[in-house]
Amino acid sequence: MNISKKEYAKLADSYSAPSKLYITIPKAFVSGGIICCIGQFFMDIYTMLGNDTDTASAYTSITLVLISALLTGFGQYERIAKHAGAGTLVPITGFANAVVSPALEFKTEGLVLGTGAKMFVIAGPVIVYGIAAAFVYGLILFVISLFGG
Amino acid sequence: MAKYINDGTIELDRGVSVYSCAAAVGRMESDGPLGNCFDYAAEGAELGLTTWEKAESTFQQYAFDIALRKAKLIKEDISFIFAGDLLNQCTGSAYGLRDTDIPFFGLYGACSTMAESLALASLFADMRIGEFFAAVTSSHFCSAERQFRFPINYGGVRPPTAQWTATGAGCCITSAAEKAPFVKRITVGKITDMGIKDANNMGAAMAGAAYDTINRHLINTKTTPQDYDAIYTGDLGQVGTDLLIELFRRDGVQIENIHKDCGLMLYDREKQDVHAGGSGCGCSASVLCGHILPMIAEGKLHRVLFAATGALMSPTIVQQGESIPGISHLVEISDRQEG
Repeated sequence: MNISKKEYAKLADSYSAPSKLYITIPKAFVSGGIICCIGQFFMDIYTMLGNDTDTASAYTSITLVLISALLTGFGQYERIAKHAGAGTLVPITGFANAVVSPALEFKTEGLVLGTGAKMFVIAGPVIVYGIAAAFVYGLILFVISLFGG
Repeated sequence: MAKYINDGTIELDRGVSVYSCAAAVGRMESDGPLGNCFDYAAEGAELGLTTWEKAESTFQQYAFDIALRKAKLIKEDISFIFAGDLLNQCTGSAYGLRDTDIPFFGLYGACSTMAESLALASLFADMRIGEFFAAVTSSHFCSAERQFRFPINYGGVRPPTAQWTATGAGCCITSAAEKAPFVKRITVGKITDMGIKDANNMGAAMAGAAYDTINRHLINTKTTPQDYDAIYTGDLGQVGTDLLIELFRRDGVQIENIHKDCGLMLYDREKQDVHAGGSGCGCSASVLCGHILPMIAEGKLHRVLFAATGALMSPTIVQQGESIPGISHLVEISDRQEG
């Protein structure tokens, strides 16, 4: 080979076009914002219907998860996500998509070893490290409280 | 009888013919620039079946059946099959061809399998141990995605360097016969690791292997790129193509005008969302069987190199932080028996 691995890595990097961040970031910002506005719209409706803030926000989350799951099932979510990027990934809709898509994909391997076992294959790490982070946060809070914080 | 030249290059006897070939592809592939040249183009990717794996096996079956029919052969005429695909344990081939009742060699060369199987089927034809031999391979976007990446409906975004696994299959039937195209020489690939660790940049991982094999073939056969009408690589995509050209440029060898990449030929990258280009065994297989071989048979191309490229990785190994070794097998095909 007429090139060292180090030199090749540099060359490969120079030919590997990165994502166009000046396009993807604004698109993610706007689409994520639209999802938040839709969430706020449902929140206002549920509040108008006489629910307190906690109940209304729970209803809102459920509604967004339902819409996201349906869009995933109809094969539309990934079409939106292709353009929206992190805009559809970060909100709760992305979490719903991450659970529903493997559940559907692996249903051919059966309800237990397919859908059941693979459902959290993408979302699992989010839950694991979400709980771990909450534990660490709780520990810090506890230590601070010992010193009368 | 085949003659060993040097460093992996083998020269075949005169008259090893690609007697028949066929390509069966999915919808996206038939919507691409080569759309009209395939023997079978499916309406959808699932072929009305219940699993993607069944669909992939069926594509392989179609390619094999059509190649037989085009040569007016029956399956009992085939002495050995050489086949492989991307699915775990090569099940695409095993299930696709399980009803053939023909002695079967299962191969794994990742996306280089078309060249690997054609090379072996040609060697068997050269040795005259049997009369007809089949080289078959396939890939399917959906079965590959669920094995190597994410579920189809998952909204993750692919980086620009990622490639699109082609849905399709190709089959070549070789025989010792006086019928163009002829397989003239073979250069067997070496496992070449360029140190690339990004599974979304297969082109970069495989370009080194393509360079190594093509370069060895040129040296061992004392030829230059200008001696060929075209040098086809399997599925380097845009990134791998740029790298391959650069690696040759460093040796003072120009291949830009002669080099073509099946991954860039199969799709229209402007209109079809395939990022850096096509990949998968079915990519180079369908371009070879649907486009390149018929062009040679019609005399529009005279002498070409077909170097299919594969990344010899698994998701497990990549997650463990290993780099991705590539391999590229090369078959020299000509419309003439001599030379």
